[in-house]
Amino acid sequence: MHLLLPEIFMLGMICIILVVDAFLSEKLRDVTYHLAQGTVAITAVLTFFNSSETPVYLMNHLFVSDALSLVLKLAVFILISGVFLYSKDYLKDRNLYKGEFFIMVLTAMLGMQVMISAHHLLTLYLGLELLALSLYGLVAMHRDSSQAAEAAMKYFVLGALASGMLLYGMSMLYGLTGSLQLDQIAQVIAKGELNKNLLTFSLAFILAGLAFKLGAVPFHVWLPDVYQGAPSSMTLLMGTAPKLAGFALLMRLLTEGLGGLHADWQIILIVLAILSMGLGNIVAISQTNIKRMLAYSTISHMGFLMLGILTGTIQGYNASLFYVLAYSFMSLGAFGMIILLSRAGFEAEQLEDFKGLNERSPWLAFLMLIFMLSMAGVPPMLGFWAKWSVLTQIVSAGFFWLAVLAVLFSVIGAYYYLRIVKLMYFDKSQDNTAIETSSEMRAAISVNALSILALGLSPQILVQLCSHVFK
Amino acid sequence: MILKVIFYLFSAILVFAAVRVITAKNPVHAALNLVLAFFSSAVIWMLLHAEFLAITLILVYVGAVMILFLFVVMMLDINMAVLREGFNRYLPFGVLIGALILLEMVLVVGSKFFKTTAPVAENISNTLMLGRALYNDYIYAFEIAAVILLVAMVAAISLTIRPPRQTKYQHPSEQVKVKREDRVRLLKLPAEKSE
Repeated sequence: MHLLLPEIFMLGMICIILVVDAFLSEKLRDVTYHLAQGTVAITAVLTFFNSSETPVYLMNHLFVSDALSLVLKLAVFILISGVFLYSKDYLKDRNLYKGEFFIMVLTAMLGMQVMISAHHLLTLYLGLELLALSLYGLVAMHRDSSQAAEAAMKYFVLGALASGMLLYGMSMLYGLTGSLQLDQIAQVIAKGELNKNLLTFSLAFILAGLAFKLGAVPFHVWLPDVYQGAPSSMTLLMGTAPKLAGFALLMRLLTEGLGGLHADWQIILIVLAILSMGLGNIVAISQTNIKRMLAYSTISHMGFLMLGILTGTIQGYNASLFYVLAYSFMSLGAFGMIILLSRAGFEAEQLEDFKGLNERSPWLAFLMLIFMLSMAGVPPMLGFWAKWSVLTQIVSAGFFWLAVLAVLFSVIGAYYYLRIVKLMYFDKSQDNTAIETSSEMRAAISVNALSILALGLSPQILVQLCSHVFK
Repeated sequence: MILKVIFYLFSAILVFAAVRVITAKNPVHAALNLVLAFFSSAVIWMLLHAEFLAITLILVYVGAVMILFLFVVMMLDINMAVLREGFNRYLPFGVLIGALILLEMVLVVGSKFFKTTAPVAENISNTLMLGRALYNDYIYAFEIAAVILLVAMVAAISLTIRPPRQTKYQHPSEQVKVKREDRVRLLKLPAEKSE
């Protein structure tokens, strides 16, 4: 039972913060902030000390605690803590610094925790909905912005459609196998007595739903609009931690539940991956809004993530885990930088806003340089090792042509990351307003960037961590 | 035999009512047809010995949700003509897509699967079994569902609440403590010279 302690603690704290916040005046909102940060920190400690390397099933097999859940959850906690830290000043300037923000981010985090350690179709779905509902609420929170309202509406309608597809596929699977529990589903499929047509039928719906949630082409149309329209701190949240939860969702469903259908989902993932990498990288080139550009870059990274999974090997899963961890921290930094350069009444979301950043603040320009080079996959950054590990696995699984395509698209993608570097270092800035940031935020983003640099110089730390997860 | 007649009768009513929900011009008629649809499906559930679900459907949906819905429809003067502007324009395309998807699904799935052969258990209370499953086997999922409702509440309130308007009222203590300097301003005006 103690393995569930972090979740129970989280839920308790959410309720406490909800009540405490209601009695706080506007000036004391910082108390809520510190309570939320403290909750994340204590939950992280509880998770670290209440975990098990070998899978342990709880709550009638609805919950599992294993190495994957430990690694992903700890990463989610760090990311959420970073989201709180980065968005504090941004939200204050925009009159969004409210208790509801903290509550909904924490419930989103609880949803991710549930998803990550789900061993049952019910918990997978409920965790996903908890996460998604919190995100819808957060995107819509900026009520005076028509852009945010539009983004929230699109996100909500398409998200509901995706959930419907996922649920339909799951219900077919339940009808076929007679169980909602992932290992039992795998056992029934392994017997090979089921109708193959129907199984692939349900698989198609499940994968369509998953691709929608992850934003893989051709189910990606909502993603750029939502990333652009949402307030930057909500984009920061959406672009980081939920990707880890999405990875967990893919792994749990496809490998633990539908591992027997590997040959079928491999083909679908190949198509999704090629389309996502291609369209994401090519369309990103023509964007002038950096949030939109990073949205297309997200799409291409999700394609890359699928490459590792579709190999169907333990090493491939490890490579994908490495990739998604590296990506989420780079993404935290890149979106964090947009927030950092924004100020009251000004959003630094156009590419022009990065012009001549080196003159205005050499240190921030250097940090952004690290994020961009890492995302582009330039050695010796972390992003390079992440791409490298996925590519070696895809080659050893016999998909040489796929690796060539992936490299090709990455080279195309490098253009728009390097363009930002060019804008920062070689162009004259039009805007000479001093960049005002709190010292804690500056310190946080420095740590963020330098850790990416350090991990890039000694990637074996992360590689070894990942190799412990899937055995 | 009699069960079959009841089943087909209420299924027909259900399908008819469901179609009327989306085609009725008057929103009140649509809502009332939805009530009829709920009622017919409750009867079908009754035939399957799922008496708890049937009763909940009527109590919760017909009794509470639909009444609220009717209230909203009557209180908000919604102009349905505007809402259904796009309906006829997109109808042929929507029907085409829907029919295509249905055709594809029927081709793959057909109706030869999912035939339950398990007999309906007798002498076991439906409510008791549901309660046991919900509060013993699926308590974790049940709790998460509760959190989802909590989030829905928080989100709905945060999206609709407006801060109380700042009313202007008097503070007697402030008025008593007022000093001459706060109210009186001495201005030095140059004296007007007579020509």
